[in-house]
Amino acid sequence: MAQRSRLHIAVFLAPAVLVYTAVMIWPLFNTLRLSLYTGGESGPVFSGLSNFHTLFGDPRWSASFWNALGNNFWFFFIHMVVQNPIGVALAAILSHPRLRFAALYRSAFFIPTILSFVIVGFAWKLILSPIWGIAPSMLDAAGLKSLFAPWLGKEEYALTTLALISVWQFVGIPMMLIYAALLSIPEEVLEAGEIDGLTGWAAFWKIKLPLILPSIGIISILTFVGNFNAFDLIYAAQGALAGPNFSTDILGTFLYRTFFGFQLQLGDPYMGSAIATAMFLIILTGVCIYLFLIQTRMRRYQF
Amino acid sequence: MHKARHSPLNSIAAHGALILWTVIALFPVVVILINSFKTRQAIFREPLALPTGESFSMIGYQTVMKQGDFFLYFQNSMIVTVVSLFLILLFGAMAAFALSEYRFKGNTLMGLYLALGIMIPIRIGTVAILQMMVATGLVNTLTALILVYTAQGLPLAVFILSEFMRQVSDDLKNAGRIDGMSEYAIFFKLVLPLVRPAMATVAVFNMIPIWNDLWFPLILAPSEATKTLTLGSQVFIGQFVTDWNAVLSALSLAILPVLVLYVIFSRQLIRGITSGAVK
Repeated sequence: MAQRSRLHIAVFLAPAVLVYTAVMIWPLFNTLRLSLYTGGESGPVFSGLSNFHTLFGDPRWSASFWNALGNNFWFFFIHMVVQNPIGVALAAILSHPRLRFAALYRSAFFIPTILSFVIVGFAWKLILSPIWGIAPSMLDAAGLKSLFAPWLGKEEYALTTLALISVWQFVGIPMMLIYAALLSIPEEVLEAGEIDGLTGWAAFWKIKLPLILPSIGIISILTFVGNFNAFDLIYAAQGALAGPNFSTDILGTFLYRTFFGFQLQLGDPYMGSAIATAMFLIILTGVCIYLFLIQTRMRRYQF
Repeated sequence: MHKARHSPLNSIAAHGALILWTVIALFPVVVILINSFKTRQAIFREPLALPTGESFSMIGYQTVMKQGDFFLYFQNSMIVTVVSLFLILLFGAMAAFALSEYRFKGNTLMGLYLALGIMIPIRIGTVAILQMMVATGLVNTLTALILVYTAQGLPLAVFILSEFMRQVSDDLKNAGRIDGMSEYAIFFKLVLPLVRPAMATVAVFNMIPIWNDLWFPLILAPSEATKTLTLGSQVFIGQFVTDWNAVLSALSLAILPVLVLYVIFSRQLIRGITSGAVK
């Protein structure tokens, strides 16, 4: 081996490293750097943290930022409290060893996940629309007509509605991951529990749930990262203005409007970079909390 | 022994819950599809009814075909997705082979460097990506999208493929070396065929997000000639909001290709997820 040339290692690595560095890592750092500049007449001018002063100090900017961040946390919160329990419940039912049609159900549950946000956003917009009347007439059939409201058009409901639509779309992913984790629990462990009198619900809470906690941790961090750079669903359903009255504005739509511009506002790449930097720090914090605080404390079981 | 865990009542409840969610999951898709084949009156009068001889109409599809260039959009999406997947698999497999096969200085560091992109979304760098594409004249080309999606897909591809390549037997590769095969031949002729299942998993994982992405087509390639199907249907539907037939038909046309891909690849996708490829 030693006398062979080692050039081939470089040849194998080069294409991936070049593309990845040039299109992903370099622009990422460049964006962080641009957040320290402002646009001058003859190109960018270094201005230190002034963009961040504007973002957090100027009442108009900071109100938009905190609004988007707060909405983003609410969006994430709805995912955590709705998506994960439904995912776990569906996976738990599906993992019954003698359940029939399991493959059929699994495929059906995953169909919303493969659709684009554009389809999902518009489809739900039509269904919830008071003009078409599918949602009100279905509620009417159940005797609940008084509960209907144009959910996507009301400031107090729109964000929660969109979060639930997103949950509807993505519940397939946690379901699959937890399903896989449940299947990997050996039969002997469950039998040992049975001998100790743990069956049904008790077996689920005391044996299975602790064993799938690492999977729930992974799902949570994937959801966190996904939610904090989400954009498409809000844009498709509510447009770049994230209406009504910015009540569905999250960091992704805020970034898009700021750096790309919309209607009368001109795009500002430097303020856009500042927002992207804030998003980067938020995501990085989330990932670090997961890697260093949660994952290391979670016991992994080897069978 | 299994009795304690299975009773007929439980089984009925289980199927009840699963059927309920199946209905919830499929309801919007079915409503869109059936109404796209109906007349405008029928869409509003009986939205949940199947199209009948009387209410059947293709008017929406005719509008879409006349107004939107859906074949071009479809072709653009196809090119972007297929070329990106090819590059992700080729470059990803090559890098994974280098990392899993050879010991060299900085191997672990290189692995970590490439893994960074698994957790940090590429969208964060959009501002600088757009500037770079403007500077290199790649704005409004499919090349820009292909480059971005390749970079986005590489980290996870390298990670998954190098796990699998570690399992390829050393004896096989050493036998190849004794026979005088070059390292390139060993990679392309011995190792690649053995990791085909893992490559399929990587391809399926990347295919759907690339096909469905709205952000980068909107920012990097919004011109009429380079619109992808996702962006094209978004713009089209935005223009035709009041023409319900056209909107429903456009949505159905956008659903169809993904549904076909899913039917072809669903087994691969589900096997990929459940085999723990994303742990």
